[in-house]
Amino acid sequence: MSGAEASITREDVAHLARLARIAMTDAELDHLAERLGVILGAVARVQEVAADDIPPTSHAVPLTNIFRADEPQPTLGSAAALAAAPAAEDGRFRVPQILGEPQ
Amino acid sequence: MSELVRLSAAETAARIAARDVSAVEVAQAHLDRVDAVDGKVHAFLHLDSAGALAQARRVDAGELTGPLAGVPLALKDVIVTKGLPTTAGSRILEGWVPPYDATIVERMRAAGIVVLGKTNMDEFAMGSSTEHSAFGPSHNPWDLSRTPGGSGGGSSAAVASFQAPLGIGTDTGGSIRQPAAVTGTVGAKPTYGGVSRYGLIAFSSSLDQAGPCARTVLDAALLHAVIAGHDPRDSTSIDAPVPDIVSAARSAEITGMRVGVVAQFKGEGYAPGVLARFDEAVATLEKLGAEIVEVSCPHFDYALPAYYLIAPSEASSNLARYDAMRYGLRVGDDGVAGAEEVMALTREAGFGDEVKRRIILGTYALSAGYYDAYYGQAQKVRTLIARDFSAAFEQVDVLVSPTTPTTAFTLGERVDDPMAMYLADLCTIPSNLYGGPALSVPCGLSPDDGLPVGFQVMAPVQADERMYRLAAAVEVALGTDRLLEQAPEL
Repeated sequence: MSGAEASITREDVAHLARLARIAMTDAELDHLAERLGVILGAVARVQEVAADDIPPTSHAVPLTNIFRADEPQPTLGSAAALAAAPAAEDGRFRVPQILGEPQ
Repeated sequence: MSELVRLSAAETAARIAARDVSAVEVAQAHLDRVDAVDGKVHAFLHLDSAGALAQARRVDAGELTGPLAGVPLALKDVIVTKGLPTTAGSRILEGWVPPYDATIVERMRAAGIVVLGKTNMDEFAMGSSTEHSAFGPSHNPWDLSRTPGGSGGGSSAAVASFQAPLGIGTDTGGSIRQPAAVTGTVGAKPTYGGVSRYGLIAFSSSLDQAGPCARTVLDAALLHAVIAGHDPRDSTSIDAPVPDIVSAARSAEITGMRVGVVAQFKGEGYAPGVLARFDEAVATLEKLGAEIVEVSCPHFDYALPAYYLIAPSEASSNLARYDAMRYGLRVGDDGVAGAEEVMALTREAGFGDEVKRRIILGTYALSAGYYDAYYGQAQKVRTLIARDFSAAFEQVDVLVSPTTPTTAFTLGERVDDPMAMYLADLCTIPSNLYGGPALSVPCGLSPDDGLPVGFQVMAPVQADERMYRLAAAVEVALGTDRLLEQAPEL
């Protein structure tokens, strides 16, 4: 399996790009379909390891339910938060239309 | 070149404290050095001369004191700085000025450290050469046609070319240690959770860790001590005392220390000159009284593929925040296009090829039908790698290996071959998956090409002091704190 190319089609990549909200060009889709096959073939080596009964590790240092003290603290004011906005209006972020889209 | 820029951080701070030289003079000498050489090296993306001199004046006024007060530092551009542009090497954040400081920046400022500016890096820290920076690559001071490593090649190049005695890097799969190895500098990845990630722009949250870059082991330890310690603003921060790394770095005493040589990290793909220097360093440690044992860590062979599933998966989720709504680039907002279309056009225009590749790979590995075979399996392999470390640390105090299989490669050589690029992190990735600390210290120049070779020391979680102790012994025995004197004049 090592080094083998996994099968991933241009249509698969186009679907993934839609899921990831990246408007890729046709040339990029072609190129990436080829590249991803090689990379997936290499990373698929993890499947050689017998690990059925092994628990997964999501995090190196297991910590759970970590909360800071429940005390009010200063936060960014709206002016600071909006200073870097691509567009702002009336003290709010101005965004493109969200309702009424085909999807 | 002013002799001030040749000093170590510890010497610089001592001379400033003794009023032998002012912090302003030190800052100016480094700004002059940047002016003289950074046109060739391209370590910095943004220089903050006014801010650096203002901070130096506060040190000279006695307002800020400490073991590194007045020492200049090169800060990787993945750490947010209030009022100073922060791009993470990406067009999508070009021109962004963060409204807050990272915790480590607050701590360094309070300690009197003088931030000179922000350094170049592979976009969102994804790469091993800085060639994936949207703003052009950095160059290795040992040979300008070669990479200074990555992702933190800007910081390593700045430190190696005497533009700053200290740097900050971040290490997700080796981005502090591999650049250190190929530039003849010292770079340390602390225990995961040992240094706050608040204000570190996330790539892979379960792996990312900030740490020090320097020209000596002691300087790295001094900086590590300034930035380490619990931070309530980072829920993964360890709430326990910081190991006594500075004392360990001052001591080179390793008699009786059990040193495990990782059996998996040699052979095919390793440059003969790298292995020769590494073997010599191990032999030297044995003469100094260390006990050398070969240790097998069988699952390390699967660390690279596991990493290239886990890190892109986390990245695909983390980078979803670049949605063109609240900050950063926005493209295609013509009053007609909807939010999702603007989002997709912005991400297409703002992300570079490697970032897109990893987002797509991560999206694939997390998608229904593939999750168990890819991401889930990689997480199980991660468990087995951690178990290999635990078993090894029953036998030995530290593990050692070459930091990277080859010396600095030539710019352009691997940029179109992702798998070849990924191999640069072969030896550094296991410690990220496990969470333990690891460090690279120079062990000489390769007889193959005269370029620096890095010696990696890996230690158990929360035993960061062990890697500093052993690295200090390597440095003293081989005299590698003076290695950069052999680098060519720029």
